[in-house]
Amino acid sequence: MIAAGCDVGSLTSKAVILKDNTIIKSVIIKSKAKPGESAGEVMKQALAGAGISMKDIDYCVGTGYGRDKISFMNEAITEIACHGKGAQWLVPSARTVLDIGGQDCKAMKLGATGVMIKFTANDKCASGTGRFLEVMARVLGVGLADLGEISLSSKSPVTLASACTVWAQADVIQFLNNKVPVEDIAAGVNNAMASRMAVIVNNIGLERDVVMTGGVAKNLGVVAALEKLLGLRIKRINRADPQLAGAIGAALFAREKAKGGKS
Amino acid sequence: MIVAGCDVGSLTAKAVIMDDKKILASAVILSKTAPEDSAREVMDRALASMGGSMNDIRRCVGTGYGRKHIPFVNSVESEISCHARGAVWQVPSARTVIDIGGQDAKAIKVDESGGVTRFIYNDKCASGTGRFLEIIADALDIKLEDLGDISSKSGKRITLSNQCVVFAETEIISLVNEGAETPDIVRALHNAVANRAAALAKSIVVENDVVMTGGVARNSGMFAALQSALGTSLKMTENPQINGAIGAALMAADIA
Repeated sequence: MIAAGCDVGSLTSKAVILKDNTIIKSVIIKSKAKPGESAGEVMKQALAGAGISMKDIDYCVGTGYGRDKISFMNEAITEIACHGKGAQWLVPSARTVLDIGGQDCKAMKLGATGVMIKFTANDKCASGTGRFLEVMARVLGVGLADLGEISLSSKSPVTLASACTVWAQADVIQFLNNKVPVEDIAAGVNNAMASRMAVIVNNIGLERDVVMTGGVAKNLGVVAALEKLLGLRIKRINRADPQLAGAIGAALFAREKAKGGKS
Repeated sequence: MIVAGCDVGSLTAKAVIMDDKKILASAVILSKTAPEDSAREVMDRALASMGGSMNDIRRCVGTGYGRKHIPFVNSVESEISCHARGAVWQVPSARTVIDIGGQDAKAIKVDESGGVTRFIYNDKCASGTGRFLEIIADALDIKLEDLGDISSKSGKRITLSNQCVVFAETEIISLVNEGAETPDIVRALHNAVANRAAALAKSIVVENDVVMTGGVARNSGMFAALQSALGTSLKMTENPQINGAIGAALMAADIA
């Protein structure tokens, strides 16, 4: 039984191929201008990596921002459902899931079976989303993926006066002009990011274990800052890349559908 | 008795010199990095235009974002009180003042003597401030002062789905790529900024007459968009951009 999940996000697209309960191949690419092309490309790479073709896939579920444009899927399922399901597979004890996407931030509360009980999201304001970090990394002239690593060597993080991405960007430029070390600015950026995320997660009420999914979960600076703000340890995801949570959830739904069971 | 008001904002600095409630001279410059330099230069320009010197000024009040750094003022006043005072002097029937600045937006309820009865202020979010216009004008490679004329050529109504400046910028770039006409995009931008400013003003209950102050009021497209967002006509002031500096000068006259 081979199932596939394809998560087409605003910034990256992900594909996961699941054989029984094992991920045999996963791929993450930068999203293209058209979601349909992103889906085709990421799935082509995943299939090639697994050494199989589309007809070997018993069922494919699409999710994410561009899910309606995926031509090869059998069905589309919402991001929320897929993220909850994926997070629960990654960390079975997860009860609170914080997923930071390229242009949104979602907090979910899960029941013991992985079913979602409560949910809140911000997609109105760039602050607290992956977009905030993307803008700041560009101003700092560092890679988005390096922002966490760089911040870890900071001795005295700066404080950004405003949560708004536009104003914070002006602050960061000012710090750079004043020759503040990049690691201190990066740490300030990660702290600002974490404090916005904390507001959202506190809105639904914290319940252990807390996990973070999405690409930002790989930024250790943000994770550490958020742990400090929430006063608890965020459970680390080791089973797969946390950025794959949505695609994994989609693949798990696909597996259930292929078996003819219910989600 | 000659008095002066100096309003050092984030984007522009303004100076007004008044004698017995008459404007003798005024100047507007783009703000420099240091607020004290902006203040000195704008005041020098205003003085030069009337052939006067600092010695002629009996009293000077400072206001605006950089007011604490103006070396030559006798005292400082908040922007809110200066805008209220200036607006009622310019338009005596004004009861609500909406001021859109370079990095904030204010809505102020005023009484007939120019006193503040209620106000609300946004400087937390760039949406609804002049910065929104500035960023998009830059992305479209249009001069800020040309936005009004360009939007007047719009023939088709577009609505932006994003309120956040960062997301709206991306949305506008997509619109450009999809071949949308620039005037239609600029009008959509004006409506987005106006909707935010109107929401702010409505939260303190808008009362007629309404005046719009600040440099953004000189943008005819924004003026029209704010009228339609509020559903009421706005009174035009002769000098919207120097309104805060006028208020500061009037306050200088009170105590001189």
